[in-house]
Amino acid sequence: MPAEEFHEWLRREGRIVIVGASLAGLRAAETLRAEGFAGSLTMIGDEPYEPYDRPPLSKAVLLGKASPDHTELPRRREIDATWRLGVAATGLDMAAKRVRVADGDEVPYDRLLIATGVRARPWPKEDEAQLDGVFVLRTRDDAVRLQRRMKAPPRRVFVIGAGFTGSEIASACRDQGIEVTVAERADAPLVGALGGVIGTVAAELQRDNGVDLRTGVMVTGLEGDSTGRVRAAHLSDGSTVETDVVVVSLGATRNTDWLAGSGLGAGPRGIACDAGCRAFDFRGIVTDDIYVAGDVARSPHPLFGYQFLSLEHWGNAVAQAEVAAHNMISAGADRRPHLWVPAFWSSQFGVNIKSVGVPSLGDEIMITQGSLAERRFVGVYGYQGRVIAAVSFDNTRWLEFYQRMIETGAPFPVDFPTVDRRPEGRKPVPADFPDPSLPTHGPTVTLSGYSPADRHLVFTPARH
Amino acid sequence: MTPQASLLGRITDYANRADPYPLYEELRKTPVLHEEEGGPYVVSSYYDILSLLHDPRISSDAANLTAAGDDELSGPEATGLPPSFIRLDPPEHDRLRRIANSSFGPPHRPRRIDSMREDLGRIVTELIDGFGDAQQVDIVDQFAYPFPVTVICRLLGVPREDEPRFRTWVDPLVASLDPDTRRTADADFQRIARESRMQLGMYLAGLVEQRTKEPRDDMLSDLAASHGPDGSMSMMEVLSTAVLLLIAGHETTVNLITNGMLTLLRHPEILRRLREDAGLSVTIVEELLRYEPPVQLVPQRTCIADIELHGVTIPKGSRIWLVLGAGNRDPERFQDPDRFDPDRGDIQHLGFGSGIHSCFGAALARLETQLALAELARRLDNPRLLEDPPPYRQNAVLRGPRHLLVGIDGVRS
Repeated sequence: MPAEEFHEWLRREGRIVIVGASLAGLRAAETLRAEGFAGSLTMIGDEPYEPYDRPPLSKAVLLGKASPDHTELPRRREIDATWRLGVAATGLDMAAKRVRVADGDEVPYDRLLIATGVRARPWPKEDEAQLDGVFVLRTRDDAVRLQRRMKAPPRRVFVIGAGFTGSEIASACRDQGIEVTVAERADAPLVGALGGVIGTVAAELQRDNGVDLRTGVMVTGLEGDSTGRVRAAHLSDGSTVETDVVVVSLGATRNTDWLAGSGLGAGPRGIACDAGCRAFDFRGIVTDDIYVAGDVARSPHPLFGYQFLSLEHWGNAVAQAEVAAHNMISAGADRRPHLWVPAFWSSQFGVNIKSVGVPSLGDEIMITQGSLAERRFVGVYGYQGRVIAAVSFDNTRWLEFYQRMIETGAPFPVDFPTVDRRPEGRKPVPADFPDPSLPTHGPTVTLSGYSPADRHLVFTPARH
Repeated sequence: MTPQASLLGRITDYANRADPYPLYEELRKTPVLHEEEGGPYVVSSYYDILSLLHDPRISSDAANLTAAGDDELSGPEATGLPPSFIRLDPPEHDRLRRIANSSFGPPHRPRRIDSMREDLGRIVTELIDGFGDAQQVDIVDQFAYPFPVTVICRLLGVPREDEPRFRTWVDPLVASLDPDTRRTADADFQRIARESRMQLGMYLAGLVEQRTKEPRDDMLSDLAASHGPDGSMSMMEVLSTAVLLLIAGHETTVNLITNGMLTLLRHPEILRRLREDAGLSVTIVEELLRYEPPVQLVPQRTCIADIELHGVTIPKGSRIWLVLGAGNRDPERFQDPDRFDPDRGDIQHLGFGSGIHSCFGAALARLETQLALAELARRLDNPRLLEDPPPYRQNAVLRGPRHLLVGIDGVRS
């Protein structure tokens, strides 16, 4: 069938399967219908719930301002799908075009979208992770369990990892007057994502709000009492913190296990795809029937040296899902690239934090507006003479300007005056990111391209 | 105006007030218009305006203006009042706006506006009841003006019956915002405008003093007490803020409601739909803010560095005009921009500006206008325009009809 006819047929009566029934999956389904896809649509999700929103789970829900049962994502339109919820996908047969699911069934597809996202990285010591009172926070069930325990209230919450989620949890605790200790391997919170200069501000912010922040330490073990409830955490500096709730916030793991052996280019860093969201197979050949979107995808970006980027960003999930859905049912020239400028926000200790671009790629930072001391500022990150990212604390409304600077490769350091430029912002200083070979809780943007220095891969050319 | 008059001259010329849109179309052909030495650099395309509204090299502080053209109205020495936050840059702007906001909106008062809904409904009902059995009403004098004035008075805690008093001070102040008036104004006019601002400030000072002694549930009381993480405003800052909120709190909404009614009467099919479905007022108001925004242009920006835009270097210290009304109808941004279409899914208008100075009272203006238009549509029996175009107000910045005569067969209950 010629390509054009094929796409017409696909739109009319094709079978599309979406694995992953969360934000990206839902928005993709809606886009498919909005663009006239009339065939059959199957949504597979391992959680028993219809798509819900995750950002509130570590914010409003923990504060008791919203119920975890009521964070369903608003629907843009009817999607008329067959829902297979509470059933995980367990395998993929690329040749036969079938997805295997946990109940033994196989679902055939003409086009497949993988949007399985990430899951919380658990505490690595399994017996300690099993202790009552040890939590992660990623799903709605996680939030229900944690919120229930927070209501008690606990005498002290212990958070492992001061990335965005860990810091938001600490903030929610302090807001409710709950004592909280945060342990972070790096020298400050948020350093993986924003570097040490901003990390210092985040550390002061936490301490001023009454967080017992321990930096430069590792958690060596969690200890339970005779009933199996957690009672203390041991740190590498020899100290012990008594606690009855531990929240493990060590970043996320990509949900690609089910694709092992499928032949798709999937691994712990996600699923490689081209800028049009088409997945690569393990030989680096692009597929035309398997698409990827959301946290699980890693795609090359021209603004950032064509490095593969994986983004755990809400806005990215939406935009990428829309592009993937459009491309799935469009022929060649009508397809669009997904060239999203990473953008991320967080809300903690009463401060709105937002970043655009890829801060962790920057090596220097300039405070172009406001001041670190006031915790209201815009910081601009530079990389090889150009602006690569920006972060704002309570100054979000300026970020559009800096985003355009990133998009146009504006020179760094920025030499023009701005309203509210203070003396401290006249010179760039090292942004102070930790050595990337020593991972912390993980930034929310990951440069996942393989560099020649990466020796984990053994390259074995095949002989014909 | 002579036929050779400059494009900008024609735009601000009262003769073209009723329909400036063809002129805007011409204006957009020159992305950065600079017609005369010392004159403003005029920007009219959607994306350029949006980008300049977020550009930290653009200042709202008149102190940064070095080009010719005076801006005496904000000068503290001239009026005895410091500039309000609309004429300040960060960090002063941020501090004052944040304190003002803590008594107005989220996160501190997230429900203040919504909690006024019933109250607003009552005021609307009373005003429409007041039309009696007239066959002809002036939507401006009998509705679109008294409604927001009553609301802002109630919100701030200004006695409604004082309206005739502060009206005499507000009118010259608002007139002084108009570039055309300004160009032709004599020294007397300037003096009157300055004195008006001072008089209005002194009047509000009396109220603030009362509220300091006996706080009530209104914004003047909150501003006078102004507690919170950012500390408090000085007395002078409270007065500047109160002057700003009082004026901006109604002068714009009057026009939004009137422009809205005019537009609906010109689009009877949409008026009919609104009558049947009050919920449609939400998108109607958004589309109105694009199609007929009350604030047509922002003339109060100055660049603090040389800025290059489309190959034109706007020198440091120059005045920049952002013509929101033109950007809102930019075909680069909106499909079929000259069509009034509340069903368009994509109405990301510039009607409230954008960036740090984006309209402080947007939530209130939206709610007021939604309620007003929905009720007018529901209750006016067979409304029709008696004069099209209606007579406009002088002002080119705050644009709207001075009167809107509508014939009706009666008022429904």
